[in-house]
Amino acid sequence: MSSIPRAALAAVFLAALGLGLKPGTAAAKVFGAESFTLANGLTVVVVPNPRAPVVKHMVWYRVGGADEGEGESGIAHFLEHLMFKGTDKRPAGEFSRLIAKNGGRENAFTSYDYTGYHQTIAKDRLEMVMALEAERMTGLAITPEEVDRERLVVLEERRTRTDNQPASRLREQMAAVQFYNYPYRRPVIGWEHEIRALDRARILAFYRRWYAPNNAILVVAGDITVAELKPLAEKYYGAIPAAAPIVRVRPDEPPQTAAREVILRDPRVPQPTWSRSWLAPSHLWGAKEHAYALEVLAEILGGGASTRLYRTLVLEAAIADNAGAFYDPATRGPSRFGFYASPRREIAPEKVEQAIEAEIARVLAGGVEKGEIERAKTRMKAAAVLARDSLEAGAQALGSALAVGLGVADVESWPERIGAVTLEQVNAAARYVLSGTGHVTGRLLPAGKTEP
Amino acid sequence: MTRFTSLLGALAVAGLTCLAAPPAGAIEVQQVKSPGGITAWLAQDKLNPIISLRFAWRGGAALDPAGREGLARMVAALLDEGAGDMDARAFRAALEDRSIGLSFDSSFDEFGGSLQMLTEHRDTAAGLLALALTRPRFDADALTRVRSQALARLRRDAESPDTVAQVRLFSEIFSGHAYGRRSRGTLESVPRIGPEDLRRFQAERLARDVLVVGVAGDITAAELGRLLDRAFGDLPEKSAPARIPEVAPKIDSRTLVARLKVPQSSIAFAAPGVKRADPDYYAAYVLNYILGGGGFTSRLHEEVREKRGLAYSAGTSLYPLRHSALILGGAATANARVKETLDVVRAEWRRMADGGVSAEELENAKTYLTGSFPLRLTALGGIAGMLLGMQIENLGPDFIDRYNGLIEAVDAESVARVARRLLDPARLLVVVAGEPEGLAPTE
Repeated sequence: MSSIPRAALAAVFLAALGLGLKPGTAAAKVFGAESFTLANGLTVVVVPNPRAPVVKHMVWYRVGGADEGEGESGIAHFLEHLMFKGTDKRPAGEFSRLIAKNGGRENAFTSYDYTGYHQTIAKDRLEMVMALEAERMTGLAITPEEVDRERLVVLEERRTRTDNQPASRLREQMAAVQFYNYPYRRPVIGWEHEIRALDRARILAFYRRWYAPNNAILVVAGDITVAELKPLAEKYYGAIPAAAPIVRVRPDEPPQTAAREVILRDPRVPQPTWSRSWLAPSHLWGAKEHAYALEVLAEILGGGASTRLYRTLVLEAAIADNAGAFYDPATRGPSRFGFYASPRREIAPEKVEQAIEAEIARVLAGGVEKGEIERAKTRMKAAAVLARDSLEAGAQALGSALAVGLGVADVESWPERIGAVTLEQVNAAARYVLSGTGHVTGRLLPAGKTEP
Repeated sequence: MTRFTSLLGALAVAGLTCLAAPPAGAIEVQQVKSPGGITAWLAQDKLNPIISLRFAWRGGAALDPAGREGLARMVAALLDEGAGDMDARAFRAALEDRSIGLSFDSSFDEFGGSLQMLTEHRDTAAGLLALALTRPRFDADALTRVRSQALARLRRDAESPDTVAQVRLFSEIFSGHAYGRRSRGTLESVPRIGPEDLRRFQAERLARDVLVVGVAGDITAAELGRLLDRAFGDLPEKSAPARIPEVAPKIDSRTLVARLKVPQSSIAFAAPGVKRADPDYYAAYVLNYILGGGGFTSRLHEEVREKRGLAYSAGTSLYPLRHSALILGGAATANARVKETLDVVRAEWRRMADGGVSAEELENAKTYLTGSFPLRLTALGGIAGMLLGMQIENLGPDFIDRYNGLIEAVDAESVARVARRLLDPARLLVVVAGEPEGLAPTE
């Protein structure tokens, strides 16, 4: 039930693990995933991985924090918590008890663009899991008391993830400033005052609007084939009627030209950290043709200890403890391309800021080098091979890609598309994003301690 | 659930991995001996062109010399910062250009590492590992850099309620013993660690007589034999003698408060536990699952989160050490609700000590613990980690096949007996980091 507001870090995570869009070459597919669609609109994906008699079963809904209405931030995530209560056939908590009793592990997550529920379990228990998960797709039953009690849990989760952590509070405030109009400006977990105001009726209305087979993706990874899964998918999910066509309206982002700065001072910050990010195209938003090149650019600048930022700031100039770049290509709306650094304690943060600005200027003026591109592409293609190892990586890659509006082929052919990126494309993408003036700079700074 | 990030490395996780074994016969464990005499346990798996190695040397951060706390972890952070003719930049590039994953870490009891590679880079990876282990440079600039990173981490940790509570808990329970010190060291000890300390550690600890290796993936026994010699063959034969004394945890019923200005307090608590080799280990394992170990179904989860909405997570875990043992627990709740949360935890402690578990709870725990064990074996890293942990804990190569039987053999009576032995509310030490309200600290 943890919902993971991955917002700010998604880029780093996805890029680092190569999960954003995974891989696959047509010749040697990355995951060898296959998909089909049920009559009610449910998309089904099978990711074969025969190592152990185990499956990972995931249902992804194409709805997240960015689909919430005004004044109801946090509702997608709150609903995710409540999905572990009862259904019209089953008392609260029975879902989790049955999964555990059968040796399964489960959890769920909420992001801006999607909400996912997943169980990992022995293959011979898959049918039971499908029956349960299908039941709560449309049969959720919750009481006002359950909503009120779970609200307390959500508020504790917000304290753990955000309120207790100055760095998280800064990230939340930066997102609110980065997006003028697109709903990514609101935290996935929700503003506290709005979490407090959500009620059962509103949450159920949200549930009925978005939770339907024609707005969902079933992903099953593991020791399973399409031939085995299809009859089960038909039996349990196929029986659920499609809802009215899903209408998604998100206000779009206007051009940004003003530089902004967000400063958070806190006595619990022992050393400053710095970041700067620009609005950027994704595979689905804006100047999409730059997205693959931006993935390569992020890898060249911040993909490891031997790449530009860490090498120059941390290893060579020795002015920072850490430095890197981030970019998430798989977002339904505008993405961000950015940089972060932790200055060494004895170094003025301005010096690190200037060093990163100099690196950006160097990219804009001289471009990246051919050798850097080739090394980056080699690493990215290797990451695609390594991703085949676990059940999670494939299921996550396919589910998240399809949930934001990409297709199986986009995932499976990722290495080829990365391989086709040219030097000129990377330099053009860098200029397109990084010469913009509308960036947001975040400064996390120590404040004078006051005695308690 | 205890989020014991400060003290617990990959090894402790590997140890726990052993508890969730695989279905009988699903994994064939080969005991490999290299031409040079190095042994490893191997699960060959040709599904993908990937190989995963997990290795460890017995003897970890608990052996850090007094005043040099943090040494083992500093070594771990520095082994990939330059070796042989390569400085840090060249060494990291050699790894990254081939997507070779190499990392080291240290728990209290073991110094460990992980190497993951594509099959095509097998020999290069083994060579780089050998260089890191036998010819690390410990260059001055690398030491300065890693020290700066370590100190920054310590300063951040000093403001993190979770870490503050856990560090304080261990310093109370193991005061005067190596387990009472932070494996990351302190702001005072880390700056004192110099190149001679690092070299002594490397020479004395990273020896063949205390080395344990687990391997999974695309490699035959013969190929692995050659890889082992290449990677570890040049290590010294013998480690320096070392001894950590046994220690009984000092635990009473106090509630200590570490003041931190945060809206939500972190609560850490500890009770006496059982060591891995204790005959009661499996009974305690089942007990812990029912009390606070089972994700969304444990008693603590039910009472703290589901019934009262007191915390996002609340739970317990067994924390066996080589020379002591604990049950650790944790929760995080708004300052105003700390007292209520602690009341619930203590009540659950008492209920379990007094009444044990029901037949249904026991049955559900067994079906979970046996049914979920193959889930640990779906990726190579997990398999290699299990093979490593089985050797570290002397469980035998047939452990995987025996696991279900060990769990099935636990009965309600032994769970109740272990509950009475371990779960005494008078022996439940609590540390709260935050600004808890209405709580009378007993220090």
